[in-house]
Amino acid sequence: MLLIPCPFCGPRDESEFICGGPVRPPRPDPAQTSDADWTDWLIQAPNPVGPVQEHWWHARGCGVWLTLWRDTRSHEIVAGASDDG
Amino acid sequence: MQRYSLANLLRHALNRHTTWAPAWRRPPLKDRYQVIVIGAGGHGLATAYYLAKEHGIRDVAVLESGWLGGGNIARNTITIRSNYMRDASIPFYVKSVALYEAMTRELNFNTMHTRRGMIDVIQSWGMMRDRRRRQHIMDLHGATYRQLTLPDLRRRVPALTGGGADARLPILGAFLHPEAATNRHDAVAWGYARAIDAMGGEIHQRPPVTQLLRGADGRIAGVETPRGTVRAPKVVVAVSGHTTSLTETVGLRLPLRSMNLTAFVSEPVRPLIDVIVNCPDAGVYLSQSDKGELVIGGPPDPGQSYRRDIKQGVFEETVAALLSLFPAFKRLKLLRQWGGHLDIAPDASPIQDETDVPGLFVTAGWWGGYKAIPAGGLTLAHLVATGQPHPLMEHFTLRRFRHLDYQMETGTTTAR
Ligand SMILES: Cc1cc2nc3c(=O)[nH]c(=O)nc-3n(C[C@H](O)[C@H](O)[C@H](O)COP(=O)(O)OP(=O)(O)OC[C@H]3O[C@@H](n4cnc5c(N)ncnc54)[C@H](O)[C@@H]3O)c2cc1C
Ligand SMILES: [Zn+2]
Repeated sequence: MLLIPCPFCGPRDESEFICGGPVRPPRPDPAQTSDADWTDWLIQAPNPVGPVQEHWWHARGCGVWLTLWRDTRSHEIVAGASDDG
Repeated sequence: MQRYSLANLLRHALNRHTTWAPAWRRPPLKDRYQVIVIGAGGHGLATAYYLAKEHGIRDVAVLESGWLGGGNIARNTITIRSNYMRDASIPFYVKSVALYEAMTRELNFNTMHTRRGMIDVIQSWGMMRDRRRRQHIMDLHGATYRQLTLPDLRRRVPALTGGGADARLPILGAFLHPEAATNRHDAVAWGYARAIDAMGGEIHQRPPVTQLLRGADGRIAGVETPRGTVRAPKVVVAVSGHTTSLTETVGLRLPLRSMNLTAFVSEPVRPLIDVIVNCPDAGVYLSQSDKGELVIGGPPDPGQSYRRDIKQGVFEETVAALLSLFPAFKRLKLLRQWGGHLDIAPDASPIQDETDVPGLFVTAGWWGGYKAIPAGGLTLAHLVATGQPHPLMEHFTLRRFRHLDYQMETGTTTAR
């Protein structure tokens, strides 16, 4: 079970959170981008064997969305490249 | 191929069973084949089998990083069924169930196929509507789904004593899918391997494919392994859960995320449940193995995962769901737990296609893909041999994503 650091509530048990999936690159403006690039952004997600940056929602807590880096091999929360959660 | 029969059994018994020929050879790895199949799981083996059987393509090597049939084909809960949701999906699964039913004879290998049926226990009106809708769509495609009354349900599954009128989620009804079955996963892997070998194909255990190779013309050229380079004009990726790790070695991105799905078994007990019981609202499903163990499954881990064990939270939730409906199971001891890596597409439907790298084929996104093994092999062999998608798989190519033409499928078992 993960102990997830919530910026408001401190370290909280994973069972209070819902995983929101991997962080994607910034959303392009659909009017300014090609169909191919737009669908690419919609369907592609990082799928690394190793650290992945993810959204987590403190749904059964304060309700904040945060991001963290988690290693997909061990499930451990790890220090990430641009971790601002 | 040495046939398995009563006469042969008696003959070899006279020699104390020391005279059986090995079921498959261990030939040396050549440096060139007509087709390389990566992954000796169900889908890889079935593809190699149908390439030889239906298309006469026998110069095939199946390369497996672990051992034959040791991947998810050995880690799943062997539920074979066709109660899917979409017009595009159901005929494919109906075909797969039929191929499984014929497999013991076709492969001369006892797969112990048992048509025990599956009962869905419904505890919400939303789920009830979903099942009624499924029932009508399945009707159109020759799959069966029948509503059961509550007394019928309690009679068919006497151990199901929870979910009464005072429960948090009282049982509202149930649906029976009579074609649902279980069989023996090892027999499926070994039966295919023996048949492939007999037709001239090769199975190589242990050499992992570390890298796909692309020629100067952009086409696939072969694969890199610790035993050296192996070349082929056509390469099939059938590595369940590890698809993107391999395709990214030639810069190919695919809309797949890898997840860990888990299961656990109880100590063996006397015959108690003769049907597969699936409780989608509670979030648990189970069946009893021939050995008497209860085989229990729940939802996947939250988030992507390459772990191969069960997370404590998932385990606790699944056990709680189980006990809410089967309170007597509190006294059971649990023996083993495990997980397996599956990949899933945005619409939860499979992907089977030749990729943007010509000659490179993928079969992936098999969320509940054990039931899909025979039809998945049949359709992929067709695509590899003819260059055209098989009619049963034409809705499941990569092209659908270009127009967001999703085939949204929802598993009937645990929610995603
Ligand atoms: C707990 C659990 C329960 C499930 N329950 C069901 C169910 O009830 N019904 C159902 O229909 N489905 C079920 N599934 C899904 C089903 O198991 C899979 O969809 C299906 O087995 C995947 O296809 P496969 O058999 O080809 O995979 P696998 O058997 O995993 O085959 C892939 C093979 O590729 C090999 N490989 C990977 N990378 C490489 C490499 N680089 N080089 C060489 N080889 C490589 C692996 O070692 C593996 O042997 C379940 C899965 C799990 C984990
Ligand atoms: Zn919080």
